[in-house]
Amino acid sequence: MFPELNNLLNTTPDQAEQGKLTLLCDAKTDGSFLVHHFLSFYLKANCKVCFVALIQSFSHYNIVGQKLGVSLTTARECGQLVFLEGLKSAVDVFFRPQEEPHPLQFLREANSGNLQPLYEFVQEALKPVDSGEAAWRCPVLLVDDLSVLLSLGVGAVAVLDFIHYCRATVCWEWKGNVVALVHDSGDAEDEENDILLNGLGHQSHLILRAEGLATGFCKDVHGQLRILWRRPSEPTAQRDRSLTYQYKIQDKNVSFFAKGMSPAVL
Amino acid sequence: MAAAASCSTSTRSTGSVVVAASRNSVTSFQRRGPRASGTDSGCSRLVSIAGTRPSVRNGQLLVSTGLPALDQLLGGGLAVGTVLLIEEDKYNIYSPLLFKYFLAEGIVTGHTLLVASAKEDPADILQELPAPLLDDNCKKECDEDICNHKTESNIKMKIAWRYQLLPKMEARPVSSSRFGHYYDVSKRIPQELIEASKWHGFFLPEKISSTLNLEPCSLNHGYIKLLQFIQNIIYEEGFDGSNPQKKQKNILRIGIQNLGSPLWGDDICWTENCDSNHSLTKFLYMLRGLLRSSLSACIITVPTHLIQNKAIIARVTNLSDTVVGLESFIGSEKETNPLYKDYHGLIHIRQIPQLNNLIYDVSDVKDLAFKLKRKLFTIEWVQDNYLRQERNIYPPGFSYLLKQKDSAWGEGSLQHSTFLMSFLAKGILVSFCVRCSENKEAAVGIQSCHTLAAAFASRLVRHSEPLEQTGSGRIRQAAGPRLWHDGPRQEAPGLLVIPP
Repeated sequence: MFPELNNLLNTTPDQAEQGKLTLLCDAKTDGSFLVHHFLSFYLKANCKVCFVALIQSFSHYNIVGQKLGVSLTTARECGQLVFLEGLKSAVDVFFRPQEEPHPLQFLREANSGNLQPLYEFVQEALKPVDSGEAAWRCPVLLVDDLSVLLSLGVGAVAVLDFIHYCRATVCWEWKGNVVALVHDSGDAEDEENDILLNGLGHQSHLILRAEGLATGFCKDVHGQLRILWRRPSEPTAQRDRSLTYQYKIQDKNVSFFAKGMSPAVL
Repeated sequence: MAAAASCSTSTRSTGSVVVAASRNSVTSFQRRGPRASGTDSGCSRLVSIAGTRPSVRNGQLLVSTGLPALDQLLGGGLAVGTVLLIEEDKYNIYSPLLFKYFLAEGIVTGHTLLVASAKEDPADILQELPAPLLDDNCKKECDEDICNHKTESNIKMKIAWRYQLLPKMEARPVSSSRFGHYYDVSKRIPQELIEASKWHGFFLPEKISSTLNLEPCSLNHGYIKLLQFIQNIIYEEGFDGSNPQKKQKNILRIGIQNLGSPLWGDDICWTENCDSNHSLTKFLYMLRGLLRSSLSACIITVPTHLIQNKAIIARVTNLSDTVVGLESFIGSEKETNPLYKDYHGLIHIRQIPQLNNLIYDVSDVKDLAFKLKRKLFTIEWVQDNYLRQERNIYPPGFSYLLKQKDSAWGEGSLQHSTFLMSFLAKGILVSFCVRCSENKEAAVGIQSCHTLAAAFASRLVRHSEPLEQTGSGRIRQAAGPRLWHDGPRQEAPGLLVIPP
C-alpha cells in the first residue's frame, strides 16, 4: 500500500469503497506495482481477498508484500487470502490431468474454452460464510493479469463474460470489489486486447493507467499515472474526473508528484 | 509438495543456510531441511551451486549467460527460473553464438544441459561450442584488444566531458572467477569437456515420429512433446526438489533453438491470421510454469523478424522474462553509417524481469553495439566510437555548419542533442541550415554566447520531434528541449538566453 497513492485516490484502508470495479492498465511500462498496492491495501483493510495470480509465483508477491507490510503467508493460513497460483496450477492441470474440474481447465481444451470453472472457483472462494459474525469486511477479487488469458487461447468475449459474472456476484450481490490488470498493447495492433480493454473500461468505476513517458526512459521519473473516476451506471452524469501524476518507484514505496515536478528536476 | 514448496520465507530464515547477501528467494521452490554439505566453495557455510551467485539487488540466484558483458547489462546475470529470449537477427548469424555461449558456460560450470532443436542434432550443436579461455591464456588474447582502450580512456575529455562519467564496458576478464567465463570462438570446445558433462538432447524429427496419444489441444504437437520431455527431465533428475537429492544440487540449463520457426510446425512465421495463434504463447506460459518451480534457466531464440502478427510478438515478449534483441547490419543501410563502421550489429536489451522487487530494472546504457572479432564477441557502447571520431572531425576553435541529415545519429537521440550541447557549452557557433547541401563549413572565430543566441534567433532551427530518448532524463533537461522543436521559437532555458 502506498500512502501517497491512497491520498490521491482519497481512500484509506478503513474507508474502502464497496461494489466497485477497478481497472488497472499499463502501456509501455510495467504496471504491476499497482497490483501490489491493491493487494496490500485490501489485506490491510481486512477484506477477504481472492487473488488469481497468473503471471508470477507466490513467493514473488510474498516478498514484495513483506516490503509493503503484509504477509501473504499468514493471510493465506488464516483464510483471509485465497491464492490461485496460475503457473503451478497450469503445470498440474497440463501434465497430471485430474477428473474434477480445475479452474484452469481451459488449458487442456482444443478450442477457446470458457472460464466457467475459474468463475466457480472464485465464487467458492469468496462466498460469504454463514457464521454469526462477519469475519472479513467485504470480498475482493484481484486478477493479475487478464491479458495473459488471451495469450492462452481464451477469447476476449469469454474473458469479458467472466468479469461480468464476477462483477455481478462479487460487486453487486456481495458488495465487494473487483480489481483487474490488463496490458495495453499500444501500437502492437492486438485487436483482442483492445476489445477487452475497451469493454472493461466502460464497466469500471476507477481506471488507473500507468504509462511510460512519451520521451522514453528516464531514471528519475519512471512513468505517468492517469486516474479516471467514472460512473458507469450514469452515462449522462457530469464529466468524469481525471488526474495525472508522474511517479518514481523505489524499493518499498512509490512516490507521486505532479507532472514536471520530479524532485530530481526541481 | 505444494505445502513444502509454499513453506514461507519466514521459516527459511531458521533453516540451516546462512548467506552473506540477503538471499530472499530463489524461485517458488523452497527446500526444507539442511542441505548437503561439502560444496565446492569450501569456505564458510555459504552453500552455493557451482556457477551461480546471488544478485546484489534482490538476492535472486543468478547464472551467467556465458558473456560477461551481457551479464553486466542484465544486472549481474540471468535469474534462475527465468527465460532469456533472444530475438534473432535477420540472417541468424549471431544469435546461435549467444546460444552456444550459454551452453558452453553450462558445460564449464558443470550444469546439466538440455538442448532442443528442430534443425540440428543436439550432439552436433555441442560439438560446435566455443572453447573456454583459461586465465593465463586470456591475458595474452585480450591484451592486444584492450591496450587501445586504455590509452584512450586516459585522455581527459574536454568537450564531451559528460561521457567521462558514464561507466566503461569491461573487456578484460576478471581473473579466476567462477562466475562468467570467456570463450574463444575460433576454437572448438575440447571433447573431454563434453564427455564429462551431462546433457540431454531433443531433436524434433526423432521425437515426433512416435505416436501421440494425447487429447487434442491447441498446442502444437512438437511443443507438447518438448514440454513433456522437459518436465520428465526436471522431475526425474530432481531439479524441482521432488526427489531428495543425495548429491549436490545443480542447475538445469535449457536451450531451445529457433522456437516458433516453421520447423517446429508452427505457422506464425508465414501467415498473419494463423490457426495455431496461441501455440507459442501457451508453450511459453507452460515453460514459465515449469521453470519457476525448478532450479533451471532457459535460453530461447525466436525469429521474431519473421513473425507477421505484431500482437504475437508483444505477447511473446510479455511472457518471457529477459528479452534481448539482436539487429545485424548486414544488408541494412546502417552498414555504411560511419558511426557503426567497426561493429556488426546492435544489441537491444528490451526487457529485464522484475522479480521479488517493486523497482524494475531498465538497462541504463541504451546504444549498444556488438562485434564479432576473430576470437571474441564483444559488446560496446556506441558512444565510444563517436568520441573517437569527434576529436578528429570537430576540433575546437572553429564554427561549424551542420546539416541536420548529416549527423550519423538519429534525430533527437541522446548523442545528437548532447553533441550539440557540448559544442554550445564551449561557445562554438553551431547552426543548422536546412537548405545547405554541403556537410561542413569551417568559419574562423569563436562566438560569444550572446551572439550565439542572436544567431539562433535569426536562423531557422529545424528539428523534428525527439523520437526516443536514449539516456538519462537529466541531460535532456539541461539541453533545453524546446529549442529543438518545430514551430515558433520559444525561450531556450538553460544555457542560452535569447534576447526578447
